[in-house]
Amino acid sequence: MTEVAYIDRPSRALYFYAILYLGFLYIPVLFLPMFSFNDNIYIAFPLKGFTTKWYVEMFNNQPMWAALNNSLNVACVSAAIATLLGLFGAKAVTRYRIPGEKPIIFVIMLPMVVPYIIMGVALLILITQLGIDLSLYTVTMAHVLISVPFAMATLIARFEGFDQALEEASVDLGASPLSTFWRVTLPLVFPGVLASFLLCFTISFDEFIMAYFLAGTDPTLPIFIWSQLRFPTRLPGVLALGSLILVVSFVVVFISQWLRRYRVEKTQPGI
Amino acid sequence: MTSNNDFVSLTDVSKHFGSVVAVDHLSFTISSGEFFSLLGPSGCGKTTLLRMLAGFESPTTGEIYIDGAPMSEVPPHHRPTNMVFQNYAIFPHLNVRANLAYGLRYDKIEKAEVGRRVEEALEMVKLPGFGNRRSNELSGGERQRVALARALIKRPKVLLLDEPLGALDKKLREEMQLELRALQESVGITFIFVTHDQEEALSLSTRIAVMTRGKALQVASPKDLYNHPVSVEVADFIGQMNFVEAQVMDVRNGEAVLDTTGLGKITAPASSDFVQKGANIIVAIRPEKLILSAERRSDGLGAVQGTIKTSAYLGDRDHFYVSVDGCEKPFAVAIAETGANSDQSLDRQSIVWLSWADESLILLPRD
Repeated sequence: MTEVAYIDRPSRALYFYAILYLGFLYIPVLFLPMFSFNDNIYIAFPLKGFTTKWYVEMFNNQPMWAALNNSLNVACVSAAIATLLGLFGAKAVTRYRIPGEKPIIFVIMLPMVVPYIIMGVALLILITQLGIDLSLYTVTMAHVLISVPFAMATLIARFEGFDQALEEASVDLGASPLSTFWRVTLPLVFPGVLASFLLCFTISFDEFIMAYFLAGTDPTLPIFIWSQLRFPTRLPGVLALGSLILVVSFVVVFISQWLRRYRVEKTQPGI
Repeated sequence: MTSNNDFVSLTDVSKHFGSVVAVDHLSFTISSGEFFSLLGPSGCGKTTLLRMLAGFESPTTGEIYIDGAPMSEVPPHHRPTNMVFQNYAIFPHLNVRANLAYGLRYDKIEKAEVGRRVEEALEMVKLPGFGNRRSNELSGGERQRVALARALIKRPKVLLLDEPLGALDKKLREEMQLELRALQESVGITFIFVTHDQEEALSLSTRIAVMTRGKALQVASPKDLYNHPVSVEVADFIGQMNFVEAQVMDVRNGEAVLDTTGLGKITAPASSDFVQKGANIIVAIRPEKLILSAERRSDGLGAVQGTIKTSAYLGDRDHFYVSVDGCEKPFAVAIAETGANSDQSLDRQSIVWLSWADESLILLPRD
């Protein structure tokens, strides 16, 4: 007789499957840091030896730093705008009775499923017709457009998750609607705001197609990396950068998950 | 300024949600310092009415006056009302002290005074030392007290309570009822209390408005509601009641002679206009006003013979259900459990006599 409940008994087959699945997910990604420390200009087996020179080269690569800077700017600004729009949109659809609410939400969510290449071409036509110069601003605008649905989805869930009576209690105690937003609504949806910002940031940071269409002379990082692929000698430096980004992403995701759990524990009243 | 007895006044107040009429042309007044209950089943419009008083909903027709001032143009954050919410709505991101101080910021009160009033309010609801706790560190009863303190600290003209005791277990609820009543008497603020629990309403209120389908069926003191209901619906909703159909044979000297189905020919005091010769009415009597005996009593009370169908032991009293020829439903009879009459042979199927005093009969119009 085992002491574990039937449903909790470990299954060898599932265990094996889980390992296989994790391997499928992460082994390709691990090639990146591995080759970034490989003392060979060609990305190929067998490995030659350990080196950090690609990292040194990366740190001296000025155009790449410029591209990274561009990408960070675009990602921060577009994520901030998308989150702000998502915040107001989510409050509107969850708190007010709006005529035609369902079709409005549908239209807002549509960019999620429209292929980026179609949207990129459409925006390119529109922007050139309007006589606007292509620049990082046009890329930022495009990224806001594709990020808003994700921001909305994240924030609507958060708004629906807390008791509307809390906002009514605030107004009842004498706070104006604006004051209520600052003192009650925002603190309670803040984890959602943070999650939305990080999600939108990621979407913008690695978006290639629309940036490729809409960037002027200043490339974002994905465009820069793409352009480097033509020069095999530059590739190891790109791998080094890729590895660094990977580490940063893991740290960010880890922090956001930890934050979320921390906030949930703090804000959910126990029964 | 208004006189004391129309401190809160509703005139022809209605609320429609699309085609649904939640509140239907209500008009009544509430005096200053009253503990006033809105009592009714769910969906009767009592919560909608409370939310209109707080300003969360605006009336479709009519006007609400508080202390003489019309409220329809006053937003909730400028109203002299505060509310205790059904689920308390304690701000989870703030501790108890910050919850209590939350609304004082808008009253332009000095910091030292805020601190003093918070401590005072915590004392008042018997939670001293709870200032640093958060909502998730409080029990249901403690949250209820925090919500009460947070509303009362604003010193509102009217305190609105939306079934605040509904989420508590029976024992705690009874404790809180007593405390709530004592608190109301000590602060002297007008309480408007929403509940679906008639016992709670009867034990707490100075007056009660019984509501169904958006209308107030009767607005009266608990005693009047219990002893002088104006309709079958109210009589049925407040406590337990036996009903008998009757036709008025004659009315003279304030006495009505009635021909009833089941009780035969009886007399009862006729106090209302609808009791007229030939009218079809309903006669009602409370279970505890019926007297059960093995033999017919010789003191001249109205009496009828019946058969005990079943009984229920309720601790402090027994309920017997006695079927009488010609009556569809058996009569409920309540007998206080004193121990003295426990040896009576009131078994099932035994033939008994039901007696009553004429004054305990209540005459009601047929709906």
